[in-house]
Amino acid sequence: MSFWKIAWRNIQQRALASSLTGLSMALGVAAMIAVLVIHGVSVRQFEQDAEGYHLIVGAKGGKLQLVLNTVFHLSEPIENIPYAYYKDFVDGRFADFTEVAVPYCLGDSYTTDTDSFRIVGTHPDLFDKLPYGNHPDGSSKYYTFQNGGRNFHPDAFFEAVLGSVVARRGGLRVGDRFHATHGLGGEDVHDQNAFTVVGILNPTGTANDRALFVNMEGFYLLGNHELSHEQATQRRQVMATEHGAHLEHHTDTDLDTSAGHDVDAEDGTVTEQSSDHENGTGVEQDANAKQNEEPAAGSALVASAPNPGQRQSLPEDLREVTSVLVRLADDMYLGHVKDTINEGQVAQAVAPTYEITTLLDRIVGPIHAVLLVLTILIVLVAGISILVSIYNSMNERSHDIAVMRALGASRWAVMAIVLFESILLSVSSGLAGIVLGHALIAIAGPHVEARTGVVLHFFQFDTWELVVIPSLIALASLVGLLPAITAYRTDVAKSLGNS
Amino acid sequence: MLLLENVKKAYYEPSGARLPILDIPCLEVAATDQVVIRGQSGCGKTTLLHAIAGLTPIDAGSIQLRGVNIGRLPEAGRDRFRARHIGYVFQTFNLLAGFTALENVLLGMTFIGQKKDPSRAQDLLAQVGLGHRLNHKPAALSVGEQQRVAVARALVNKPDLLLADEPTANIDPAHQQQVIDLLRKVCLQENVALLLVTHADVISSQFPRVIDFATMNQVPIPS
Repeated sequence: MSFWKIAWRNIQQRALASSLTGLSMALGVAAMIAVLVIHGVSVRQFEQDAEGYHLIVGAKGGKLQLVLNTVFHLSEPIENIPYAYYKDFVDGRFADFTEVAVPYCLGDSYTTDTDSFRIVGTHPDLFDKLPYGNHPDGSSKYYTFQNGGRNFHPDAFFEAVLGSVVARRGGLRVGDRFHATHGLGGEDVHDQNAFTVVGILNPTGTANDRALFVNMEGFYLLGNHELSHEQATQRRQVMATEHGAHLEHHTDTDLDTSAGHDVDAEDGTVTEQSSDHENGTGVEQDANAKQNEEPAAGSALVASAPNPGQRQSLPEDLREVTSVLVRLADDMYLGHVKDTINEGQVAQAVAPTYEITTLLDRIVGPIHAVLLVLTILIVLVAGISILVSIYNSMNERSHDIAVMRALGASRWAVMAIVLFESILLSVSSGLAGIVLGHALIAIAGPHVEARTGVVLHFFQFDTWELVVIPSLIALASLVGLLPAITAYRTDVAKSLGNS
Repeated sequence: MLLLENVKKAYYEPSGARLPILDIPCLEVAATDQVVIRGQSGCGKTTLLHAIAGLTPIDAGSIQLRGVNIGRLPEAGRDRFRARHIGYVFQTFNLLAGFTALENVLLGMTFIGQKKDPSRAQDLLAQVGLGHRLNHKPAALSVGEQQRVAVARALVNKPDLLLADEPTANIDPAHQQQVIDLLRKVCLQENVALLLVTHADVISSQFPRVIDFATMNQVPIPS
């Protein structure tokens, strides 16, 4: 019979005490596993979410706030910046340094009975040209669409693409229509215009799974999304200051030339625009659109009837953007572009990966460390409870130890059996704790994903888990040492005489 | 085979006073002998068996089994020697409660330091009439059955000498004879010498060689 089997029999003999100490160890390890895996997955996901572009350009203010509301759809947007900043990257002063620039227009949401998801007015380049992370082989991951779906067309103003979580929780499918709600979680529904879902993203494991993406041309045509002429004038003056005198003319020319077109949303043709957009609203309702619009309370789902109709796009000088995602043509331009923008008075450019790393290092990292220390303490307490359990049993087991000694067991043999018992109890409890920890992660996964976009499932592992079992063996050896020494010192003649 | 010469052993009381227990000029047991040492309770019989088994060190003299002076072996050597050459049957059986009958016998083979055929444990249990109770734990066995498991455990390593310390003391009179018969029979079958200590005349009277402990031991019995 092996020492392991003798040790296991000893554990079985004290089934209740062994189960309770084992349970405390398993719970401690489960908590540790949950902390390790959730932190690891979250960090990877946070870092992945901001991959694919170098800079976020937005209003001056908190850098972290800009990153949080642009990348993770959290926190309130700071302010909007002139549309000219976006144009700077498309055909302006930074165009030569830019591979792709994608505007973000925030401020609306889609609300169901239980959830509120952010709506992002943007350009289809977001899904066509920007990757959202890397495959294990290092190649970039690009957005793909679920069956039957596609990206929205730049000239189809009221088309929309949904993140996978939004589609699932909101019960939306391709062809469905929905209304946006003004503000984040507000009740003022933009009931004049509905967006038609043309695509649903495959799950990306990013915060974008929890957002709706609409054509920014349509977004601008929703109520209260345009600047007044006075505001537009102020913006132009600000941009003139920002760009300097030599760029002022360039900007004016851009605005003048881009503000005079009509766009047919169905065939994408661009026609000469009437002067109606100069009237201050820039929005003209279309008869077909009205026909398809239904009265809605909140962001109610509207029956599917795609008919984007024709719209007159909002003149560029009446536009703003909340932020711009910028993928530069080369990393070497990062410093120049960032510094140039940050020297101005209106906008700031931040490197999201840096801000996220800083956030993780300064806030999440210490919290993670505290949680990890707490779980380690729990495991240590569980280890001590194993020590107490075995040690308390040594008195009643001295007789069994003496019998084994009488049968020829050496002092080292009985010491090893007690150590094995401690190790066996710790490791079996630790393994149960690892399984329990992953089960907890799997159970919590859907709830966490729904609220944060962080995808959790049973088979996500953290490399630090590899340390858990060896650490438990070391801990078990340590806590088993005292009772093992007691076993070593057992007086055989005295213990047999007590029988 | 077993030879004790001038064996002396004393304990020390808390006051520091020396309390002699054993002073045995000579004791010899031949191979396959079946010997009883008879003496009253508390006279030092168990201490003598512990000394022979190497569980209690002696103060003077020598204890030799098959020519090996047990007292001169290091502790680990004594443990190994005991596992291979000496079987021990206790007064209270001393079966481990968490182990089955078979496991209790296998436990006897665990510390021998050599690979042994585990089927011998089953054969021995069958030999003592417990072939159908292999997987029963001690609590599920009668007192007589427990003692038979203890006998099988003591003999599982084919020792040269079986020490039996009052093996019938905790057994009702109806089963005492069965245990004695079993011990004698199995020791003969296995060619093992038997040294049994008891205070009961009814037991000692059945053995061909009986040694009176009080006569053999030079230490006066306390009144």
